[in-house]
Order: sequence, then C-alpha cells, then structure tokens
Amino acid sequence: MKPTDIKNPEYFHKVVDCQHACPAHTPVPEYIRLIAAERYTDAYMVNWRSNVFPGILGRTCDRPCEPACRRVRVEEEPVAICRLKRVAADNKDDITDRLPTIPRKKNGKRIALIGAGPASLTVARDLAPLGYSIDIYDNQFAGGGMMRSQIPTFRLPVDVLDEEVNYILNMGVTTTFNVEVDSLKEILSKSYDAVFVGTGAPRGKGLNLPGLEDAMANVYLGIDWLSSVAFEHTRSIGKRVLVLGGGNTAMDCCRTSRRMGGEDVRVVVRSPFEDMKASPWEKADAAHEGIPIYNNHVPREFVVEEGKLKGMNFEKVEAKYDEEGNRTLIPIQDGLVFMEADDVLMAIGQENSFPWIERDLGIEFDKWDMPLVDKATFQSTNKTVFFGGDSAFGPENIITAVAHGHQAAVSIDLFCRGEDVAQRPPPHVTLASQKMGVHEWSYDNAVENDQRYIVPLAPLQKTLKDRKVEVELGFDISTGFKEAERCLNCDVQTVFDELRCIECDACIDICPTDCISFTTNGSEDDLRGRLEAPAPELTQDLYISADLPTMRVMVKDENVCLHCGLCAERCPTTAWDMQKFLYNVSQAGQ
Amino acid sequence: MSYQVPKFRHPDLPLNDLGYTKADYEGTISTLCAGCGHDSISGSIVRACHELSIEPHKIAKLSGIGCSSKTPAYFLGKSHGFNSVHGRMPSVVTGAALANRDLIYLGVSGDGDTASIGMGQFAHVARRNLNMVYIVMNNGCYGLTKGQDSATADRGSASKKGDPNIYSAIDLCGTALQMGATFVARSFSGDKEQLLPLIKAAMSHRGFAIIDVISPCVTFNNNPQSTKSYEFVREHSEATGTIDFVPMHKEITAHYQPGSSHDVTLHDGSSLRLYKADESLNPFDRRSAVAALEDHRDSGSILTGLIYINEDSRDLHEVLETSQRPLNQLDEADLCPGNKMLVNINASLR
Repeated sequence: MKPTDIKNPEYFHKVVDCQHACPAHTPVPEYIRLIAAERYTDAYMVNWRSNVFPGILGRTCDRPCEPACRRVRVEEEPVAICRLKRVAADNKDDITDRLPTIPRKKNGKRIALIGAGPASLTVARDLAPLGYSIDIYDNQFAGGGMMRSQIPTFRLPVDVLDEEVNYILNMGVTTTFNVEVDSLKEILSKSYDAVFVGTGAPRGKGLNLPGLEDAMANVYLGIDWLSSVAFEHTRSIGKRVLVLGGGNTAMDCCRTSRRMGGEDVRVVVRSPFEDMKASPWEKADAAHEGIPIYNNHVPREFVVEEGKLKGMNFEKVEAKYDEEGNRTLIPIQDGLVFMEADDVLMAIGQENSFPWIERDLGIEFDKWDMPLVDKATFQSTNKTVFFGGDSAFGPENIITAVAHGHQAAVSIDLFCRGEDVAQRPPPHVTLASQKMGVHEWSYDNAVENDQRYIVPLAPLQKTLKDRKVEVELGFDISTGFKEAERCLNCDVQTVFDELRCIECDACIDICPTDCISFTTNGSEDDLRGRLEAPAPELTQDLYISADLPTMRVMVKDENVCLHCGLCAERCPTTAWDMQKFLYNVSQAGQ
Repeated sequence: MSYQVPKFRHPDLPLNDLGYTKADYEGTISTLCAGCGHDSISGSIVRACHELSIEPHKIAKLSGIGCSSKTPAYFLGKSHGFNSVHGRMPSVVTGAALANRDLIYLGVSGDGDTASIGMGQFAHVARRNLNMVYIVMNNGCYGLTKGQDSATADRGSASKKGDPNIYSAIDLCGTALQMGATFVARSFSGDKEQLLPLIKAAMSHRGFAIIDVISPCVTFNNNPQSTKSYEFVREHSEATGTIDFVPMHKEITAHYQPGSSHDVTLHDGSSLRLYKADESLNPFDRRSAVAALEDHRDSGSILTGLIYINEDSRDLHEVLETSQRPLNQLDEADLCPGNKMLVNINASLR
C-alpha cells in the first residue's frame, strides 16, 4: 500500500467518527472537552457555529454521531453526545455578545427564504452577517418550521425553541409570517438575487383502507394532528387511540395522545420491532409511558358501526427475508385481529409536495415530482433557485437540514458574487501537537471505564398530565462531567514520523488494543490478514508509513485505537506524537 | 504520564487453547524508560506464554536487581513471582524448583545481575543444569545507576557520556557453554520474529536454557559509539538460521528442501525445526558452538539465534533422582515413614 497522505484533511476527518457521521460535521470531541473544562459557553458556541440549534438538537437530534462513536467498538454504549450538547446549552452564559455583528450597510443582494424551518434559518444565519438582505416567508405564526409544529413540547420546550430561532430572526431579517406562499412565480417576480426553498416535506401519507370514508371523522394524519396540537386547535383525543406506523412521528403521536386524554394508546406497526424506523431511545420512551407496540400487524380495514369508528382489523404476519435481505410479510393465521379505537392516527410517512411551484420557471422535476437539485450545491435547474432540508431530497432530520442550509448559503454567496458554485471552499483544518512535557498531554488521555450515564426523567404522574412539561431533565453538571470524560478524544490523532523511528517496538508492546504493527508492506487485503490483531473492518482505514530502515512499514489499524497516547508516551524518539485535528466545514463568506 | 493501561482491549483478540487472550498474560504498565528494549522482551514473554497455552499459575517468574529485574512486574500478572537479592536469583530458583518441580521457572536477569555480582551463581546454576529459562536482558551498561559500563560491554564500545571501554567483555553464551548449559541462544529485543520461538523452545526444553537478549538502553547506551545500540545490532547481527517452534499435537505442515532443515523433538513433545543459515555451525555440537561464537567475535559480528542444544539433557531433578511428586506435596507420612523404616535402613547399612 502507498503511504497514507495525512495532509489530506479527509484522512483524519474520517478517524473522528462522530464528527464524520454528523451531517453538519460538528467538532464533537472539541466541545465535549470544553464541557469537561466547565467552559459551557465556549462549548455552546462551537456547536452554534456548526449546527445552529444546540439547545434544540441537544434534545431532539437523530444522533447519527452516536452509533458511529468509537466506544461501541470496545464496549456497549456510545458517549451520550446528544445529551452533552444539551449540558452546554443548559449551562451557558448569555451569548449575545458572541453572535456575529450584522453590518448596517447591506451588500445590495436580496434573498428570499421560503419556509422558516431549520434549513432556511441556517441560510439566514450564514448570510445575514455578510450583509445580505433576507426575507423569510412562512405560513406559521412564528419561525421554526417542523421544530415548532411537529416536535411535541414535552420533548422541546417552546422557550428553548424561541431562544435559538430568535438569535437568527434578530439578525435584521424581514419575516412574513402567517402567509402561505402559493406561487413561486410571484416570489421570483420580486427580483430577488436568489431564492431558497426550505418548505420541508409537509404532506403526511395516508392509508386508503376499506371503511375509511365512514371513519374519516376519527382518522387523522399524524403530522397534521401534531401541529394542530402544537397550535392548540386540538385539545383532546379519544380514550382508545391506535397509532399506525413505526417511525419517530408515530412515537410523538402516541406519547402526545397519552397527554391529550388517551388511556389505551397502542402503536401498531407492520414490521418486526427491530425493523421499526423509530430511534431506539424513542421506542424506549414510549414504552416507559406505558404504550405497547404491536408489531407484525398489517392494517386491513376500519370497522365502523352506525356511522361511528369502532376500531380496526389487522392481519398478523411474520417477516421473512430472502438472501438479499429483502423482506416479505407472510400472514401467519386465518382471520383478522380486531382492536378497538375511538381515534386513529396515521404516521406512516410523509412526502414532498410542490403545488405552489409553477412548472414553467425552469425548475425541472423528476418522475417522482421532485425537483432536480444538485447534491453538492443545492442549486436547482433554475440557477437562482436553491433547495435544502426535507424539500430537497425528501424527509430526513433537523441536523441534515442544517447541513443543507450551510452548503446552500455557500452556494448562494458564490452565486451572488458571480463565482462558480461548483468550486466548494476547502475545510478549515488545524493539526497541533498536544505535548506539554516528557509524558504530559494537554488533553485528558486516561481512558474512563464508566458505563454510559442515564438521563434522569421527570415523574410520569407529572409529565402525562401536561404536554408542556419536559420529560428529560438533562444531566446535572457533575454527571455531565463524568459522561464527558467517557469521550476518547478521537480528534487527538496519532501522527507518525518514520524519519524519527528507531523500530524499538515500544508502541506495539504498550498498545492496549494491538492497533500497531511493523511489517513488510503488501496489498491492503494481504496486510489486514497479518497484523498484530485482526483488522476486518474495511470501513476503517489502515495508516501506513513510508519504508523504515529495516524495509518494513508501520501499519496502524484505526478501528479500535483508544487515542490514549500510550504509543507516544512510550516512544523514545517522539516518532509518535498526539496532535489535535480540528476540522471545520467552510461556511459562506469564509 | 499514564499510570495504567486502559482496560479496553481489541474485541477480536485470539484465544489460546485455554480460552485466554494475550491480555490475560499481561502485567502492570512499565515504568522503564520509553523505548527500553526490556519492554519488548516482556512483550515477547507475554506472547510466548499465551501461545504456549500455559496456565498463568503454572509459571514462577523470578529476578534479581536492576532494570531487567523490575520487568516481572510488567508481564504475567497472574503468575507466581519473587524479586530476590542482587545476583542471587539462581539460588532462589534452585530452592523453589527443588520444592515444586511442577512449575515452569522463568528467571529474568540483567548483565550486571548476571555477569558481575551474580557471576558465581550464574556459573553454578548452569553447571547444575537446573530446569529453568534464564533470560538475560543485556544492555551492556548499568542503566539503573546512570549507565556505567557493565561486564558485557565490548572493548572499545562507549556509552552516551562515557569513554571507550578498556576491558574485555564477558560473553554470557560462551560462559554458559563452558559451564554446561544445555540450551544456549542469543537474540535481540528488536527482533520478535526470532526471539518469540526461542523463548517458546527454551520453555519447552528440560534443563538450563539461557537466552542472552541484547536489549538496548535507549537512555544511556543507544549512541553511535555503542555496540549495543539498536542500529549497531541490526547492522552486525548474523543469525545462525531461523527456527520454527511447533507445539505438541500440531502437525508440521510447511515443506522445505530436504537437507536445509532439521527437526528436534523437545522434552514436552513439541518440536523445533531449524533452518540453518550458517553451515559452519552445528548446534548439536558444543565445540562447534564455541568455535562459532569465537569466529563471529573475531569478525566483529554478533551471532544470534539458537547456538547450542543438547537433546539428551538430564536436568537436576533427574541427576538427583528426586521424587516425581513435588516436595511441597509430600506430607508428614511421606517424609517421615516411621521407626520401622528407619530400622530397615539402618540394618541395610550394617
């Protein structure tokens, strides 16, 4: 294999698994260290720069970082990254003096943002400080989009939402709320320099089953029902509620139902429990509130008597998988299973819908009626129109919308300055030694053995009575510190200098996880088979040095390296050094 | 500064026949200087014992005084251990071995502990062919007292702050051969491929097995004027050949040209396959071994690998015709058979 090019920032970026997995590439270990140092405001700002909504995401993020956490490769549970983010948000000081200053003199460019959800707000946050004049349009009475209408307040209190939305709205952006944009042509006629569409995936999918017509009065689309609850149009639900669907919206629907008068609330899902799309912790939260999940039940019909919904019939099935992993649901008994219901919530998915975009504006749509949007620039086939968030490629999550918003802002800025949007700016990267003395590092390199700490919850008697009482209490400061100490500091890289190495083997002998080998070079396949310990994880790179004096090479399997720094401590010639790698994605104007 | 090794280990570490991983044979974190050759030797001992599937409680590790003699703390944390008086490790092993012949005895010593203060003990334990492995971590200097030349420093070799050594060096392999050792090898801490099978073979040999391991002192004796530096040893060592250690019950599967290799069956049923690189050495002939050592010294090179092995070695227990049951397992009735037996013995002597 060729020596690893560590000058390519993507190499070490990939080693920081949590940051790499985060769509917005938040420098996770960096802010976790700041939390451990009780520098909550600094930790918050590291987040704010990258993911815009630390307090909101610290409660609601889908956490793609956590399954990626290196700790799951050496023990059971990842670091509670998401909840540590909340620790930073909960304990920060006033940050207003740290927010970017908004130039009085504008740059003369006008941008329209359709929708005031996370994607649009991110675009506004990135462009307003550069002097752009921003107009936001939304059909709700306040900013936040689905974070306001679809995430229940017991998961995300309104004051947390308002605070972070207002940091952006206070940047001098012009808001037009309570207005449904029903024509993109009309917006374009206002001669904006660019238009960003961040309207989400607003249409809930329904199930057209026998009996639906007569049952209609008691059947709701999940996301519509959730926003109706959020805006207080709906204040109650029947005692017996069936929630159809196995995603996070279904979990929000069933838990909200419990607070709106539902006593016998059941989630019914077609797939096996393990295949459900809901995050494991959201399923656990539903279970904690006494909500049973009936899996392997396919809804077949609404049962209506005397014009009134009585319940639903389901077919019991079993999942069978073929060799390629394709699933088929096979009925396992004759007859249907009846479940009583006063109300039914359908949370089986949502989709995009653009009835308000005229088809003669130069924006091409594909066969699924989705706009053609460039994956890197977020530009549509009409050069002035950009898409982001769920409206670009379908339903994802908040952190993905934020990532889209940053990139769209970069594109809009390049576009407005007449530059090529395809020329993406390189990331900001620093790599600095953490050596402070002979065996001293400026990071806490000792590896904590503690198991993941549990976030305390408010008592059920309290939370089930009032949908506005937040369920999770968050870590207190001392638990937050202990959880922060579990972080392995994967951004502190093991950097190897073959010119200094005397091949004494000290690093091989000390490495607790046998990551390091010195051997003759070969192909990747060949090398992986003859290292000190098995290296079967192909998604994790091998770090290869240039040839050493004995014509061997150093090979390090990045997979289970604990970043404990022992190789560098035991190295007599500082051929190994622990260097902190900070990777920040470039944002507009940088 | 780290005071302990993290608890987490590689999730797919291989298990040996006993179901243990290599981690089960480790000790505490080393307090020796970073890059010390001794740590590599400790690493090789850990691997050898793991791969041989020896139950940790069946090993006793004993040492004297010095940097080398601190190392038993850093390997085999679940084995028996005794850190004895300077140069007196052989006496303690002798006592322990006579009391309990069921353990595997691993003595660890340094060039000071062996070739200076312990020279007399070393000579006699070799002469008695005690069943033990005697590893010398040989760095040619007194590392624990700031790097003065030791008795194994070559004439003309200089440590980092020292003048060239004016005395001739003691060759521990040569001395051991002279004294009657039945397994003599030399290796280098930086060459695990060679050291590992040698340690395994030594542990399977019945009788006195010495491995003189050149182990650079990175702090005081790893400079260009030293003949015990990583660089000098790498450039000047000449291997007698390579050896494969084949454990008992495992089939020899590799095929080599006839005549180039020689199989030796060890006492415990395992075997050694030797591939000779140096045709002038016959490792089964003591004279040839002595001559090879002298020849290499004259030519300024370091002879490494298996230098001598006596396949018909009779260890101290055999020579003394001691009881097959270890002494420590004999109870009062066994040791004191009573007046009737004494009368019989006395009668037989009349």
